[in-house]
Amino acid sequence: MDRRRFLAGTAAATGAIIVLPLGTASATPEAMAAAIRKVVGDAPVREGRVSLDLPPLVENGSTVPLVVSVESPMTEADYIKAIHVFNEKNPQPGVFTARLGPRNGRAVVGTRIKLGDSQKIVAIAETSGGQFWSASADVIVTLAACLEEAT
Amino acid sequence: MANVLVNAPKTAKRGAIVEIKALILHPMETGFRPGPNGRIIPRNIIERFTATWNGTEIFDMEMSPAIAANPFVSFFAVASESGTVGLRWTGDEGFVVEERVAIAVE
Repeated sequence: MDRRRFLAGTAAATGAIIVLPLGTASATPEAMAAAIRKVVGDAPVREGRVSLDLPPLVENGSTVPLVVSVESPMTEADYIKAIHVFNEKNPQPGVFTARLGPRNGRAVVGTRIKLGDSQKIVAIAETSGGQFWSASADVIVTLAACLEEAT
Repeated sequence: MANVLVNAPKTAKRGAIVEIKALILHPMETGFRPGPNGRIIPRNIIERFTATWNGTEIFDMEMSPAIAANPFVSFFAVASESGTVGLRWTGDEGFVVEERVAIAVE
């Protein structure tokens, strides 16, 4: 084997080694991406208009306050039809889907959620015109939900 | 068992946007946790929360096991006319709870 071919071979080998662990580590975010695709379809999802409020550092993952607010006039002509929230590392990727309309006046939904691990939360808003806007937030959880045994 | 706490204004100006907050006692058992005997506790969650204003649906939320125990939901509504806000929670094991609050619009 000459020097040139040897170098090309090693480059390919190291490339393969780097790609593999990345592929396995992103398995759960992929489940989230799949769940998002199921809702969104082929439509593009743009960042913006949505704000996702939740504490960046969570002491107890079993109740985490979360508020999703979306900029929208909320009129008959232009309103937010739905707000979807997804997570990466809970057993299931979906958190909730709220359906709204012009009678809500403001596209704001608040609730409390469970988080099984430190992870990324994604909120997606669907407008009446079929556009999708999103926001995401990274949360660090010190005590995860679901770990304690039920009594 | 079904204890509900609803926070909504009793009166509102016509056209004002009011916030409605609702809390219900419910374990929201995920179906992923083992119980004391090592077996998985079956899932028991509220799957859906809907709100109506004088019978017209204005808000609906599909819940998953990732909603915290004793689900809390807050949302907004335009006070268009006096009437009752109906709140309804439905879920596993035939769980159905309804609550009404009256809002007077001036």
